[in-house]
Amino acid sequence: MKIGIMVNEGPYQHEASDSAYLFAKAALEKGHKIHRVFFYHDGVNNANKLTEPPQDDRHIVNRWSDLAKEHGIDLVVCVAAALRRGVKDELLAPGFRISGLGQVVESGIQSDRLVVFGD
Amino acid sequence: MTEATGGVERDQEYGSGTIKKFMYVNRKAPYGTIYALESLEVVLIAAAFDQDVSLAFIDDGVFQLAKGQHTKAIDVKNFSPTYRALEDYDIEKLYVDKESLEARGLTEDDLLVPVQVVSAEELADLMEQQDVVLSF
Repeated sequence: MKIGIMVNEGPYQHEASDSAYLFAKAALEKGHKIHRVFFYHDGVNNANKLTEPPQDDRHIVNRWSDLAKEHGIDLVVCVAAALRRGVKDELLAPGFRISGLGQVVESGIQSDRLVVFGD
Repeated sequence: MTEATGGVERDQEYGSGTIKKFMYVNRKAPYGTIYALESLEVVLIAAAFDQDVSLAFIDDGVFQLAKGQHTKAIDVKNFSPTYRALEDYDIEKLYVDKESLEARGLTEDDLLVPVQVVSAEELADLMEQQDVVLSF
C-alpha cells in the first residue's frame, strides 16, 4: 500500500512525531511504501538540523533524515508554517525540503492512505 | 512553484484526474492555538485541486464559525471573515456537530455561514464515506 504521512506537532514536546516515525518504520517493514512525510504546524521543527538532544535520548531529526535516505522518502516541510516559525532552507537537516501545502493535498490524492499524526 | 497550488505544478500528473472526497475536521477553538488558522490555509489551497471538499466542525471547533469574533485585545488577526469566502472557492459542504453546538450554548443563528447541523451519528457516516480525513 502507498502511504502518505502528515506530522502536525513538533519533536519532543509531543509524541506525534515519534508515533509517525514508528508507524512509518513498521509500515516499511511490512512492505508498504511511504512516498512522502509532510510536516505542518509545529511539525516543521522536526526538520531543524540544529536540534541537539541529550546523548541518551533519541535524535528525532536525524532519525527522519536516516529513514528518508534509506527508503527514498520525500520529507516536505510546509513553507508557510516554516517561515512563520523561522525554519528556512539553511536550517534544514538532510533529506528535508521546503514546499507548499499542495504537497499534502497531492499526497492525499496519490496515496492509498493519508495518515495524520497530531494533537 | 506556484502560489495557488502550494508548490505543485498543475501540468504535472498529480492524480490523473482523480477526484477524492477530502474532509477537514476542525476540533479546536479559533484562537489559543494556531490549528484553526492553519487548517483554513490548507483548505484554501486544497480548493485549487478540484477535489470533493467538505469541512466538519466538532468540539470547540464550532467556535471557529461563531459570529462576532473580536480579537483586537489579544493582538491576533480575526480570520473568521475567510469562512464567508469559502463559497467563492466552491466549498459549500460545512457540517457542524449538533451536540458540540448545543453544549456550548450556540445555535445555527450564531454562526457566520450557512451550515448543515448533523448528529454525531450522521457525521460518523459522512466520515466513513471520505477518502481522506485531515483532522486539526
